[in-house]
Amino acid sequence: MASVIFRELEGRQGYWGTLALIGVFLALGALAFFTMEHAGHWITGMDNQTVWGVPHVFAVFLIVAASGALNVASTASVFGKKIYKPLAPLSALLALALLAGGLAVLVLDLGRPDRLIVAATTYNFKSIFALNIILYSGFFAIVGAYLWFMLERRMQPFSHTAGVAAFIWRLTLTTGTGSIFGFLVAREAYDTALLAPMFIVFSFAYGTALYLVVLIAACTADGRPLGARVLDRLTHLLGVFVAGSFYFTVVFHLTNLYITRTHGIERFVLLDGGIHTALFWLGQVGIGYVLPLILIFSPGSMSRGRVLTACTMIVLGGLAQMYVTIIGAQAYPLDIFPGYEVKSSFFDGEVHGYVPSAWELMLGVGGIAVAAALVVVALRVLRLLPERLDDASVSAWEAH
Amino acid sequence: MNSRRTFLAASAGAIAGVALAPGVRLIELASGRSPEAAASAKNRWGMLVDTTRCMDGCTACVSACATENHLISHGRPRTDAQWIRKVELRDKRSGHAFAAPVMCQHCAEPPCVDVCPTGASFKRADGVVLVDRHICIGCRYCMMACPYKARSFVHEETHDQNPDVPRGKGTVESCTFCVHRIDRGGVPACVEACAKDGGGALVFGDLNDPASEIAKRVAVEPTSAIRADLKLGTAVRYRGI
Repeated sequence: MASVIFRELEGRQGYWGTLALIGVFLALGALAFFTMEHAGHWITGMDNQTVWGVPHVFAVFLIVAASGALNVASTASVFGKKIYKPLAPLSALLALALLAGGLAVLVLDLGRPDRLIVAATTYNFKSIFALNIILYSGFFAIVGAYLWFMLERRMQPFSHTAGVAAFIWRLTLTTGTGSIFGFLVAREAYDTALLAPMFIVFSFAYGTALYLVVLIAACTADGRPLGARVLDRLTHLLGVFVAGSFYFTVVFHLTNLYITRTHGIERFVLLDGGIHTALFWLGQVGIGYVLPLILIFSPGSMSRGRVLTACTMIVLGGLAQMYVTIIGAQAYPLDIFPGYEVKSSFFDGEVHGYVPSAWELMLGVGGIAVAAALVVVALRVLRLLPERLDDASVSAWEAH
Repeated sequence: MNSRRTFLAASAGAIAGVALAPGVRLIELASGRSPEAAASAKNRWGMLVDTTRCMDGCTACVSACATENHLISHGRPRTDAQWIRKVELRDKRSGHAFAAPVMCQHCAEPPCVDVCPTGASFKRADGVVLVDRHICIGCRYCMMACPYKARSFVHEETHDQNPDVPRGKGTVESCTFCVHRIDRGGVPACVEACAKDGGGALVFGDLNDPASEIAKRVAVEPTSAIRADLKLGTAVRYRGI
């Protein structure tokens, strides 16, 4: 590690331009929040049938990706892969930034965001949501300490222990996130413990994809060399995670197809659910799994463009997955009276249409802007990224 | 001798009576309930919905609920609150059609209470499931968890509230069994309206009191819970489903 030189990004024009652009999205997010808070949620696409909308798609995606962004650091500290050690600080920073962005969206979409202090002080410990609040806070504390130990030379002996603690904590955190849905017995699309491990594998893919995007963007913006060795290794790791996500998705749906009472929801998602069916096959499976796998495992070296394309597809596929998981499950009507056709003034028995409003999209993108702003500023003021990531430097520190 | 013995026995009886009577009276008082007293687990408020008496086209219960709880429509049915709704059912095989009002089922094991992060969703000792509007943060997790779609989120400002039924934008709410009425010895507004203007399909009372009409009827009539497979121990029973 001694041979690796870490350096801040240089503050050229591109830095301020990037910050200004992020600032625009932050402002739009803030505008959406204040408008929704002032008028009430009726101005959004959400209603009493679809109670969680696009803000939750962005929020849960970012929170899941946050845990996965820690992959690179975990691989270095827990599994002792030297090649990833100099890449670990950026991994921890990205994890913190993504979690902050996701939580910002989740909190600002609450009916009473002003009561955040209530959520932080009054707990119902049977609620998986309440446990998640503790898991999120713990994640900030543990990963924050881990990042500090990596950056502060005197504390480096403790960084391995902190890395192991962060690894265990992040697995618990994503188990908690998956269980938010898995523990809902009322909804046929959920009600399975499979959601917890499935979310963990999703997090590996989404987090690593975003890590690669940030790494390539930072190196390109600052003119730092980024060799094929790092890119190849990370991209192949990403490929394995995408294949794992695909596998879990297949098992999840095969299980549901085997259980007669879930045939209805499966038919809805896989065959005749309109936007949800399209997002599942084209978005989650096509753009999220199949195309990236072809891109990643085709012969030839990984160019930055090829990696970026694959990562962007994985992120878009991930957002499609969250849309189907969160909104698709609510669109499908609850079976309150099995064996009966039902209708009511409260839209019983109907597939619930949902059209996201601009406010919700602005709030969701605002969450991404929060994460981006934190990353850009931190990279500018902290020594988080190695000066050189070319193949020769990588080989040198790997042999060290 | 005999008269003296009788006199002593009578006196002892009288003294015992004087000494014990206030205690007996106190026990009697303790088992009753003043408006200030906390809800008691001795009661289990419940409702029987007799679908065979629920009249076609009648929405007396729905209107009464809206009036009682000041659930004012904004002309936006997808976001307007509905604490009780009339569901029209048709058996897919036989074609038999009927209707049933559906509201919060006041489960003994309420999923909404389990998932609520702050404990705003809670169950009273007498089984009534409520939302504490002071600590509800509006996360809507309870709405995701409720198998009966019984809850509504307040999507916009509320005006002209009933002082007994505080509501607030950004929080979740549902049928309270008109808890302000039952605490004063009354019955929910929907039950009263159904008896007056409807078919008398709704019976409300204490399931724990063997002398109550509801306890007597559920003991002899075939009734069932909706989504009984979830084993939530609902306080609302349906006849004719």
